[in-house]
Amino acid sequence: MFRKTLMAAAAVFAIGNTAQAATEITWWHAMDGALGDVVNQITEDFNASQDEYKLVSINKGGYEDTMTAGIAAFRAKNQPNIIQIFDAGAATIINAKGAVKPVQDLLEANNVNFDINDYIPGVRYFYADSDGKMIGMPFNSSTPLLYYNKEALDKAGVDVPKTWQEFEAAAPKLKEAGYTALAQSHSPWIFFENFMSRHNLQMATANNGYDSTDVEILYNNDALKDHWQHVKDWKDAGYYGYYGRAWGANQDAFVQQQVAMWIGSSGSFGGLRKSAQFDFGASTLPYWEGTGDAPKSTFIGGAALFAFSGHDAAQDAGVAEFFKFLTKPETQYYWHKETGYVPITNAAYDLAKKEGYYNESPDAEVGITQLSEEGGEWTKGYRLGFYVQIREVIYREVDKIMNGEETVDAAFATIEEEANGLLKRFNDTYSN
Amino acid sequence: MKRVQFEHSAVPYLFIAPQILIICIFFLWPAVQALYQSFLLEDAFGMSSQFVWFRNFEDVLSSSSWTRSAIFTVVFSVLVSVLSIAISLFLAVRADEVIRGAKSYKTLLMWGYAIAPPVAGLLGIMMFNPLMGDLYKAFNSFGFEFNHIENANDAAFIVILIAVWKQVSVNFIFFLSGLQGIPKSVQEAATLDCKSPERRFWTITFPLLAPTTFFLLVINLTYAFFETFGIIDVSTKGAPGGSTATLVYKVYVDGFLGADMGGSAAQSVLLMIMVSVLTVFQFRFIERKVHY
Repeated sequence: MFRKTLMAAAAVFAIGNTAQAATEITWWHAMDGALGDVVNQITEDFNASQDEYKLVSINKGGYEDTMTAGIAAFRAKNQPNIIQIFDAGAATIINAKGAVKPVQDLLEANNVNFDINDYIPGVRYFYADSDGKMIGMPFNSSTPLLYYNKEALDKAGVDVPKTWQEFEAAAPKLKEAGYTALAQSHSPWIFFENFMSRHNLQMATANNGYDSTDVEILYNNDALKDHWQHVKDWKDAGYYGYYGRAWGANQDAFVQQQVAMWIGSSGSFGGLRKSAQFDFGASTLPYWEGTGDAPKSTFIGGAALFAFSGHDAAQDAGVAEFFKFLTKPETQYYWHKETGYVPITNAAYDLAKKEGYYNESPDAEVGITQLSEEGGEWTKGYRLGFYVQIREVIYREVDKIMNGEETVDAAFATIEEEANGLLKRFNDTYSN
Repeated sequence: MKRVQFEHSAVPYLFIAPQILIICIFFLWPAVQALYQSFLLEDAFGMSSQFVWFRNFEDVLSSSSWTRSAIFTVVFSVLVSVLSIAISLFLAVRADEVIRGAKSYKTLLMWGYAIAPPVAGLLGIMMFNPLMGDLYKAFNSFGFEFNHIENANDAAFIVILIAVWKQVSVNFIFFLSGLQGIPKSVQEAATLDCKSPERRFWTITFPLLAPTTFFLLVINLTYAFFETFGIIDVSTKGAPGGSTATLVYKVYVDGFLGADMGGSAAQSVLLMIMVSVLTVFQFRFIERKVHY
């Protein structure tokens, strides 16, 4: 008995010792399910690749929950080293001066080679400040794509629409073939933010919000209103299925073959491959011929990794080491293949091409092609405060347009008024 | 009545001290914090803040979505409380009359109590899923043109249905034990005096249940105000057009999701005031009609 206890104690001591040798860094993320498994695999691979640092990755729920957990932890001075923050929350963390260390500074301070031009165009400046310095490390980046049911399109005898004009011509035929032509998940992201990017239209003053927090939204414009009037007309004619704000409900309508085409995320590719019992393809986001400068590249959605301040140099070095590992072509290629998110560096994209990945599944390349299309002045992204609530306002007003409670004009007037109120609050909060 | 006497007057205070301490730590302190926070414009990470007096309250009260949410909260709470009390009272009376298999009836009716609100919300929304929900299909096959995604009333119907269903079992337990507490002799005497079971119920049984009913009214209103949050988050997320967002849900969306600390603190202070007024009203005006 005594021997046993002694040996157990020795074993515990030994384990304790090895754990002490490695500097532990924590990573809070919002990836669960299949995505979470991939994150865990990457974490394991990183830990196996070296023995100086031990990365612990923890899922904190969805994007919003993770951000809330990070905020609470930071206020309690118990923040993790790395936190994943989604696109709409970027302004909140970047404008809280001193809460995070810019990833570019962190990498350069730890002698990791960094060149912003290594990153693909659509990803490069989304999480950068107005001088072009990268603040957050792009991680899971996706962009909206049009998925289509091949059988449905064949049955109706139509081609995949490249423009909304072509869509309008195809929709009645699809209806005749027994399908609702189109559904879409996440209206604010796809039919607002990326609509502006696709048509190279300015989204907000002050350089889309990158230059200042003193900013006003420019959504209340004819091009966007005109688009939504069309959407409403399509819905009334039975060409557009509106299944509410839930991402899954709209996607399910496509999976169950009620709608022939669905606009979702390039990151949905992996999931669709598992759930759809039919042959589907992916294509670029349609645009209005003759509106703005279209077609220009879209910008990304998804999330980035931020390095919280307030940790010692050894831990920060570990964070830099992990970011280096994460942006390696092999890691990115693995991530891209498993999830459908785009590879964030040119080198990773080249590797995927070299490995012949796009020969076997050409649709996986559509997202990155679209992000690499010609960019314009307003395709770099946006930086708007309280944008999570602004999206809530958009969701709410879109509901009202769709159920006929409000006209398009009235809804957009409300969006403008409430969004500007929120932006002003944000400016008053963060500018002093 | 004989009073218990303590030698030192400090002893009773000592006994309630733990309770007072808990109230202070978990209720009063957060309330004071919320009040203070509601006067601040502060960034989410707490790096800078400024005192802005009543600006947050002005912003909240002038927004149309808050007003809509406040109206919905009141309607929702009244409907949920009244319906769940009425239904469970009916069920309790009927279950009390059952002699054979009474136990299994009672157990079945109590089951709902064990279900967490988000799970209830999930169950509800699955039944109303436009693609596969059985209730959704059933409603539409009766020619209702039921569509909670677009129609605010239909969405409110779903939220109320789930909230009531979830609460009925709790109320049922209280009513049933209340009924079983009524002496058999009183009921027998009533049966001799009065033939109509309805009259017997309203003149004898219900007044004797009045304390229970009043207690449940308070509990149910609090439930409708605060605890239905999980149901709404899972089932409608306040859609369509913010028509099913209760005030608590809005506090959550603005404060937790939107990281607007001052704005959501102001909303929660307003909520606190509303609930206090409601509580005072209940105890001043309704409790007078209750005989213990």
